[in-house]
Amino acid sequence: MSSVSATAAFRGIVRRDLRLAARRKSEPLFTLGFFVLVASLFPLGVGPEPELLRRIAPGVLWVAALLASMLALGRMLSADYEDGTLEQTVLAPVPLQLTVCAKVLAHWLLSGLPLVLVSPLLALQYGLPADVIAHLALSLLIGTPALSLIGAIAASLTLGVRGAGVLIALLVLPLYVPTLVFGAGAVDAVLAGLSPSGNLSLLGAVLILTLLFAPPAAAAAIRISLE
Amino acid sequence: MSNGIVHWFRFASPQSFYPLAGKMAPWFAALAGLLGAAGLWIAFFVAPTDAQQGESYRIIFVHVPAAWMSMFLYVVMAAWAGLGLVLNTRLSSMMAHAIAPTGAMFAFLALWTGALWGRPTWGTYWVWDARLTSELVLFFLYLGYMSLNAAIDDPRRGDRASAVLALVGVLNVPIIYFSVQWWNTLHQGASVSLVRAPSMAATMLTGMLVMALAFWMYSIAAALARVRAIMLEREAHMQWTQQLPEAVT
Repeated sequence: MSSVSATAAFRGIVRRDLRLAARRKSEPLFTLGFFVLVASLFPLGVGPEPELLRRIAPGVLWVAALLASMLALGRMLSADYEDGTLEQTVLAPVPLQLTVCAKVLAHWLLSGLPLVLVSPLLALQYGLPADVIAHLALSLLIGTPALSLIGAIAASLTLGVRGAGVLIALLVLPLYVPTLVFGAGAVDAVLAGLSPSGNLSLLGAVLILTLLFAPPAAAAAIRISLE
Repeated sequence: MSNGIVHWFRFASPQSFYPLAGKMAPWFAALAGLLGAAGLWIAFFVAPTDAQQGESYRIIFVHVPAAWMSMFLYVVMAAWAGLGLVLNTRLSSMMAHAIAPTGAMFAFLALWTGALWGRPTWGTYWVWDARLTSELVLFFLYLGYMSLNAAIDDPRRGDRASAVLALVGVLNVPIIYFSVQWWNTLHQGASVSLVRAPSMAATMLTGMLVMALAFWMYSIAAALARVRAIMLEREAHMQWTQQLPEAVT
């Protein structure tokens, strides 16, 4: 099996993770449910004034999406780590960085993309106008892959560690700050009648940087965890 | 030590670094005390009263050096951690762990003095201002580093995992800083700039630099004392620790 091609391995890992999720539907749905719940709790907390809700909607929806995506990080690698699959994947004649990218892509398809798709619905609840809703979905579409990539580093650093769930939050939330600032900033700009292109470009830059640096860092962290 | 050349790598081993650190730490602590006393004297008695902020500005002599040190120590810590990761030297990782609590302490000190300074000048203890917020994020990064290290039982794995985190963090610190600055800015401009002439009295600048040096000396002394404790803790089963004079008696 030394001639296994990289693209075949990549596709295989993604397909396997998606199939595993399809057999246990509750877990991806849980992420989505959390997003919807958190976003629905805010009006109960701050009051139903439409003007106030519209004002805070970009930030609230972005933070809720960020927390939901973070909550799913614990599952990205831990099951594979516990049953030994991860160790076999590391031994396979495929670059580990590629494996990481495949795991991240599967994780994003299961936890990031649903958030992007549901966000317009929640934005309607907050009374946002149509062009703001479009930009919210667009910023989440660029931002959530970056969140998954950064999260992959934290997930692989905490493999098999006591209290990994809380630790992931502590490690990853400071690193999420730029993504949150630019993502919510883009939506805020549209809401204020300004151009969101600056924020969106910076968000894209964050995505490119994480795409460049996160896979090698996560691969190194997985190797350390498996020693 | 043959033909007069000092073999610096000798001190990469905990066994030979332990006594050296023990000898150096008191000197750095004494320097920190002297410079700190001199800096505080300049701060309270020499530096003039600020025209706009009155006496309350004098906290700058603690606030600004603490903020400098917290950022600088993160870089130093990441450098030691990276060295430990690449060269696989035990002592480098121990140095990184020894620096982290001091860095976190300075980050906290900068936040605290910032809050105390904010009350008379801005009217509130806390504003979501760019510099304060990025200092807060830096404090969280220190906490994350220390808790990851504490959560992993195997010290070698803990060293290497937290080294990866420190390197990721050090790449992120400038990005976080600029993103937060983009987000909101209310803070006065940088107090000291390398590119333009200082906008403050020379005595104030001297006081701040002396305090920064004092904090620097304190950090070295604290890191050396702490690294000695880490060495003893980790190498308690080794022969050299059991033969130390303080262990024999």
